[in-house]
Amino acid sequence: MRRIAVTGIGAVAPGEPGRERFWDRMVEGRPATRGVTLFDASQMRSRVAAECDFDPIACGLTPQEVRRNDRFGQFALVASAEALDDAGLGRDDLDGERTGVCLGSAVGATMRLEEEYVAVSDGGRHWEVDGSYAGPFMYPVFVPSSIVSEVAVKFGANGPASLVSTGCTSGIDAVGQGARMIADGEADVVIAGGTESPISPISYACFDAIRATTPANDRPAEASRPFDADRQGFVMGEGCAVLVLEDLDRARARGAHVYCTVAGYASRANAYHMTGLHPDGVELAEAVARAMDEARVDPGDIGYVNAHGSGTVQNDRHETGAYKRALGPAAYDVPVSSIKSMIGHSLGAIGALETAACALAIDRGVLPPTANLTTPDPECDLDYIPGEAREARVGHVLSAGSGFGGFQSAVVLSRT
Amino acid sequence: MSRRAAATDMERRAIITGIGVVAPTGIGVREHWEATLEGRTRITPFDAGGVPLRAAGRVDGFRPRDHVKNRLMIQTDKWTWFALAAGRLALDDSGFDPAGRDPYGISVVTASASGGNEFGQREIQALWAKGPEEVSAYQSIGWFYAASTGQLSIRHAFKGHCGVVVADGAGGLDAMGQSLRLLRRGGEAVLVGGTEAPLTPYALVCQADLGRLSPGADPERAYRPFAPDADGYVPGEGGAMMLVEEAASARGRGVRGYAEILGHAATHDAHHHERAAPDGRQYARAAELALERAGLGPEDVDAVFADGAGDPDSDRAEAAALARLLGERASAVPVALPKTMVGRLYSGAGALDTAWAALALHHGVLPPAVGTDPDAGTRGLRIVTEPTAPERLRTVLVLARGAGGFNSALVLGRAPADEEGAEEGGRFNV
Repeated sequence: MRRIAVTGIGAVAPGEPGRERFWDRMVEGRPATRGVTLFDASQMRSRVAAECDFDPIACGLTPQEVRRNDRFGQFALVASAEALDDAGLGRDDLDGERTGVCLGSAVGATMRLEEEYVAVSDGGRHWEVDGSYAGPFMYPVFVPSSIVSEVAVKFGANGPASLVSTGCTSGIDAVGQGARMIADGEADVVIAGGTESPISPISYACFDAIRATTPANDRPAEASRPFDADRQGFVMGEGCAVLVLEDLDRARARGAHVYCTVAGYASRANAYHMTGLHPDGVELAEAVARAMDEARVDPGDIGYVNAHGSGTVQNDRHETGAYKRALGPAAYDVPVSSIKSMIGHSLGAIGALETAACALAIDRGVLPPTANLTTPDPECDLDYIPGEAREARVGHVLSAGSGFGGFQSAVVLSRT
Repeated sequence: MSRRAAATDMERRAIITGIGVVAPTGIGVREHWEATLEGRTRITPFDAGGVPLRAAGRVDGFRPRDHVKNRLMIQTDKWTWFALAAGRLALDDSGFDPAGRDPYGISVVTASASGGNEFGQREIQALWAKGPEEVSAYQSIGWFYAASTGQLSIRHAFKGHCGVVVADGAGGLDAMGQSLRLLRRGGEAVLVGGTEAPLTPYALVCQADLGRLSPGADPERAYRPFAPDADGYVPGEGGAMMLVEEAASARGRGVRGYAEILGHAATHDAHHHERAAPDGRQYARAAELALERAGLGPEDVDAVFADGAGDPDSDRAEAAALARLLGERASAVPVALPKTMVGRLYSGAGALDTAWAALALHHGVLPPAVGTDPDAGTRGLRIVTEPTAPERLRTVLVLARGAGGFNSALVLGRAPADEEGAEEGGRFNV
């Protein structure tokens, strides 16, 4: 049975890009949420966002890479480069045919698709659009799998390559599937993660329409409040995290730093509603239980839970129920936190950012807090690490995601 | 062949026991196969507005209300309607009754290259023409890729793994491969496939960008992969869903199934962000790996369902890959291109080709291509132009590619030997 190591981490998270800036924010418990600057959100109900201060050229991309790729693809190229560099794997060190790419994204290149649509439809005046007004590279924008090709081409990865688009669990699922590529012997190294750039009018309008995002526009830094009684919905975020996954024996043989292993993964569906959740969390509990089975850990072994914690009433209660069901009495002893309190909910990217935070938590011995948790919801009665990070040496951590389609996913990471 | 028995005896096996087709060739597996054997094109003249395209493969006679309730229809895009219809047809065809089974043991995997095109365009249009309050409450669940898998899981109460694969034209085949990997890990069945609905105004503008759409006006001749004068492809809509069942489950209810999924592999050219590598090396490697994982070798391939991109560079690369894989047999192994009847369905293609290949193995007949003229040249390949029953048809290789360098290969074999009282195929017997 092959074990899967995490040997490199790259991040473009809200705020300054880069893994260490991301981790500093986690340790300091400092929210990156603010009023939307990426577009004029004055017509929107929710006008808060967790945005990346991202300059693709300063981050090392070439002008042509910038032109070809929508923002979410640019994030992926930058985070992949950082992750591979962190792993000590240059293009020449990689065995291309044994290297795979598995990235998640929920909404793809919607930012560029919308911008171009405004031109070809002349601001929504025409349904029969005029293609002569379209910019270049429309096909790559049409099929978001193009960013997987961009990463494969840039780093010479000839192994299996795929984009996973399971909505809000895409990031966890991409890491889980990437790990399976190695477990099944189909690759030795996988560039795995999730990326998203949904801070655009159509994404805001569509979440406004279901009142899932917060209208707390007058206090943007405190707008994302998972498990807090005053929460009003989630804050849209953007960003990307990429993990270099590697066969553990191979990683050890080359003397690589190993953050942790990906010890277990499972995804399940609630088969109930595209956006609704049972309050009892049965299916999320099932995913958690199966991921723990695969990792061969018991509830008492889990030292930290990185929650989905989106900051909607429905989610926070559903999730709290699921942990009690899956972990039993141990649920009351294990620290649980939601980093969405600081970096918002970046849809298909967040699961990868959360997994990266878990790997760093194991490696650095610090558990990120839930920011803005000042008035606990009486129905959410676990230890959510309010306000400040905690130092703790943990052996096994659980990260969970829940989202559109009723999909529920869980991954267990373990100290080696 | 001996390698195979040794390789698979101990493993859990994946059998296609139900097929649901929604494609230009018809709705339902019977209509589809009968139309296939007629061997005439289902591509029709098409007005693509300002886009230089004059033919397309449309699903005629698809009435969404026959397959999707009104309330659900307004929440979903046509690509999801196709998936819901094909999913129900596949389950009906299989005779598989989920009642009383473990819902966590039944998974759903779908592929789509471009998601809910018409839905997305309509809502962006509403936003920019009228304002945010005009955007549908269903935009968030209708446009994006997770919709088809989510809706299938909800409709049928399947609570297993939920997969959504995006890999342009390779995605449908990758989804089929994922069903094999899932069943090897556990569970009883996977409802799997791919559908696409790309024939809407904005989506067509995006497709025109690569310059590979055929400008041809003659539906018979506009899409003719491997012809020396091929000048692009015709897009089509639809696809297929299948029930892939673990062998013990199928055997337990006395069903033999259409075909067995023996192996899958995916590779990437890592060559250019849009163009396929001309040497076909990674493409051939995908096929070699898929065969190896099936416990087979290139000598076992009895027929190939090719990708057939229809533009000269991509066709040359595929012919090069087949020459690498098959060596001297490259000019002898029959190449099936029934997709010439329907056009290129993006992620629907890998699923529909899998359905075709499974039906071919089941009936012992390879489906024909249309519009190809072997005398005019086929880049050295032996393209099947009439329904043909080869002497040996035990192992079929199905291939697909996606723009940017995705390669995918699936190996199908005949369904396991007859058991006492086992039904041939699903409920469909021609």
